[in-house]
Amino acid sequence: MNGWLYWDSLAEFAAMGGHALYVWGAYGAAAAALGAEAWLVLRRARRARAAAEARR
Amino acid sequence: MRLTTFAAPSRFHALAGALVPVLWIAAVLLGAAGLALGLLHAPADAQQGDAYRILFVHVPVAWMSMLIYVAMAAWAAVGWIFRVRMAAMLARALAPTGAVCALLALVTGAFWGKPSWGTWWVWDARLTSELILLLLYGGYLALVGAIDDPRRADRAGALVAVVGAVNVPIIYFSVRWWNTLHQGATIGLTSAPKMAGSMLLALALTTLALWAWTLAVVLVRARALVLEREHDAAWVRGRETTSTRAHGAEPVEPEAVDESPATVPLAVQAELSFATGPAPPGPPANPATAPVATAAPARERRLAA
Repeated sequence: MNGWLYWDSLAEFAAMGGHALYVWGAYGAAAAALGAEAWLVLRRARRARAAAEARR
Repeated sequence: MRLTTFAAPSRFHALAGALVPVLWIAAVLLGAAGLALGLLHAPADAQQGDAYRILFVHVPVAWMSMLIYVAMAAWAAVGWIFRVRMAAMLARALAPTGAVCALLALVTGAFWGKPSWGTWWVWDARLTSELILLLLYGGYLALVGAIDDPRRADRAGALVAVVGAVNVPIIYFSVRWWNTLHQGATIGLTSAPKMAGSMLLALALTTLALWAWTLAVVLVRARALVLEREHDAAWVRGRETTSTRAHGAEPVEPEAVDESPATVPLAVQAELSFATGPAPPGPPANPATAPVATAAPARERRLAA
């Protein structure tokens, strides 16, 4: 494959040298937590704006 | 423009609103570049194989969890000492994101500990002090959430934040002060990084991405807090229309235009009534709004007149 890539195949990339559970577990947890927080804070901002509009 | 201009919640609200989209874009681009470099290009570690790739998320969140605590304690202290209400709101806005980062530092660390140490958790100095950091965030959030009066909640929270700040250097130096399982610092100010160039660049990119992401999330939360707390202020009620008035020909200081009578603190009103007669008519002072530290009495008087 491309010389820039460290991996020879997608399967090898997914396997992470036998550490797939740990690597993808860590990245999955981070993506879930950061994504959930961003979603919650954007929802709160939307509600605050709507409440401010309603009080005018 | 003075340094204190953005202490006015209205100005902060406008500035943060302009910054947030840029920060989201920067976070996504930097994060994509950093993860591509770290997960697709960087070589495996000689000792840890590919498990070391957890580093590109673990180190940024762990750094951020400490940095946010310091920022939170500093803003809380500024809000407490100088009674700047925007500073107190920033402290409140930082705490949930700091808690998420501390939790992620522990979770990603557990995912790294299992393959490299053979255990998810160990009660050593670094891990335990980071757990204490998470508990401090939790305690801060529970405390400020339990007090209804926002100003009292801010003060109580500031005390917890400032006292708890002593834990941050303990976390940072724990790997040096105690014999821990956690590895020591790979990147230091006094020595060259003990890391391959592509790994270091990937780490720098994901760290910057988390900075941008954190700033975006915290600014969005702070803007929401401003609207929630200041919903009775004139600038919120007439948000769409006041921008032209603020830049009009009136020779009034811009900050003064933004402050409604509702934000004049009780103490100042009392002072004014002593000096110039009865307090000005208008809505009662909102307990949610502490005075801006830099508000000069002269300006307040002109405002009330």
